[in-house]
Amino acid sequence: MPTITIASSDIEVNDEGFMTKYDEWNDEIGEALAANIGLTLTPEHWEVIRFLREDFASQGETATLRRVSTLGGKPTKTLFKLFPKKPAKKMSYIAGLPKPQGCV
Amino acid sequence: MKRLLILGAGTAGTMAANRLHKALPDDWQITVVDNDPIHVYQPGLLFIPFGTYTRRDVTKQRKKYLAKGINSILGAIDLVEPDQNQVRLVDGTVLKYDQLVIATGTSVQPGETKHLTDDASASLVHQFYTLDGAEALAKTLSDWPGGKLLVHITEMPIKCPVAPLEFSFLADSFFRDKGIRDKVDITYVTPLTGAFTKPVASKYLGEMLSDRQINVETDFYVEHIDSRGAGSGRLVSFDERELEFDLLVTVPINMGAEYIERSGLGDELRHVPVNKHSMLSNAYNNIFAIGDASNLPTSKAGSVAHFAVELLEQNFLQHIQGQPMTHEFDGHANCFIESGGGKASLIDFNYNTEPLPGTYPFPKIGPFHLLGESRLNHQGKLGFRWAYWNLLLPGRNFFISPTMSMSGKTPASELDLEQDSAPQSPDTESEIPVPTF
Repeated sequence: MPTITIASSDIEVNDEGFMTKYDEWNDEIGEALAANIGLTLTPEHWEVIRFLREDFASQGETATLRRVSTLGGKPTKTLFKLFPKKPAKKMSYIAGLPKPQGCV
Repeated sequence: MKRLLILGAGTAGTMAANRLHKALPDDWQITVVDNDPIHVYQPGLLFIPFGTYTRRDVTKQRKKYLAKGINSILGAIDLVEPDQNQVRLVDGTVLKYDQLVIATGTSVQPGETKHLTDDASASLVHQFYTLDGAEALAKTLSDWPGGKLLVHITEMPIKCPVAPLEFSFLADSFFRDKGIRDKVDITYVTPLTGAFTKPVASKYLGEMLSDRQINVETDFYVEHIDSRGAGSGRLVSFDERELEFDLLVTVPINMGAEYIERSGLGDELRHVPVNKHSMLSNAYNNIFAIGDASNLPTSKAGSVAHFAVELLEQNFLQHIQGQPMTHEFDGHANCFIESGGGKASLIDFNYNTEPLPGTYPFPKIGPFHLLGESRLNHQGKLGFRWAYWNLLLPGRNFFISPTMSMSGKTPASELDLEQDSAPQSPDTESEIPVPTF
């Protein structure tokens, strides 16, 4: 696992660049990861990121788009506006979480 | 008497009832509830649109497949009340239990996707995950002149995730046999990034699609279906891609039974969160969920239900003695994949090991080929229907281990795979990798 330095923190990431340690994440890292994929985070982005972080803490896995829209109160359409093209991957990347379980 | 109540008498529920009926001590009474007197052999639904099977080939009386001594109730479930250890049926009946097994599966919910439609377009949009749906599609296909066909998955997870791929392969074969393949443009539309979820199988199955001139549209998350007006329709994604169709065969989102949500037992898809090794509910110590009704992170498929139930039986006997459950389920799944022209492929995998090429179940001898097409695989798929009714549902032991074996498989590390999708690792520690989205 490579280690990278982002927002003055050393973090461990996997081969795709996703963070691997939940506790290494903080808001500044989130901002920096977003910038890395060309996004600037607005309060609405943060609502989604916070939901994902809290949901992961209680469930042990990354919420799917449907879970974010059903329980997090953000319609899928909005998620596609906030995180264009690949919302599920982009929002988990920024939140420092694994990609949602590739479905099986 | 102690009471085991099983909700649902499909593949998982019927097997669990029959196996536990044999295994449990005499002071246990098993009751099974289902709201439909007919048991449908669901793997057979795939063949109905092409006229290979009819309704008669895939249906039997449900009760006939439950062993004598099992109490069978026909009725719709209203509510599970876990704090009272009881289940209410719609007709007012209250059933008490000591242990509850939820096995009411998952089913297609076309109403969850916005569909702009009118009477003129009724025959443009189909699904084959129900008996009525598969029959309606058979009727449309029998005299369909050709045009743009989309085979579409709304959202994962779905029952039998290879079924839409099989449908595409069989459609290719079907139109060839009719001599109209050149008039049909087939596109496979998926929310996944490739033909399948795991890299080796995705590459292999992707090649099978391209070999058959079937187009693939990936990362497609449907926003709505528009089939207004006679003629053609459009499938529109959240990122505003539009795909035209003359015939849409969609797999609507799959969700668990409504009573699961009413009872507060489900996740956002009404599947019951369970321990992935023991199938015990995360919330209640006397509720299990098996088969498609659970949120097990593996394929929703009869083979998974079959393997899981064999382990459930052993775990259940320990659990009611107050002992720890030691028979861990590994997510083992095993599916034949019909590829058309009288051939089929086969995949075998679990939570940790993706589908790999090789032979099955024995090294070198096979007789079945993993990730390889053969006529014998196809015979295996057809022969499985007999085994389903006569071996699997009655709970007789198969020669296949419930947990997966690497025997006969080629490890992924020994395969020559083009890693075209994996981004480069950073050369230095300070470089920040940019994921390829």
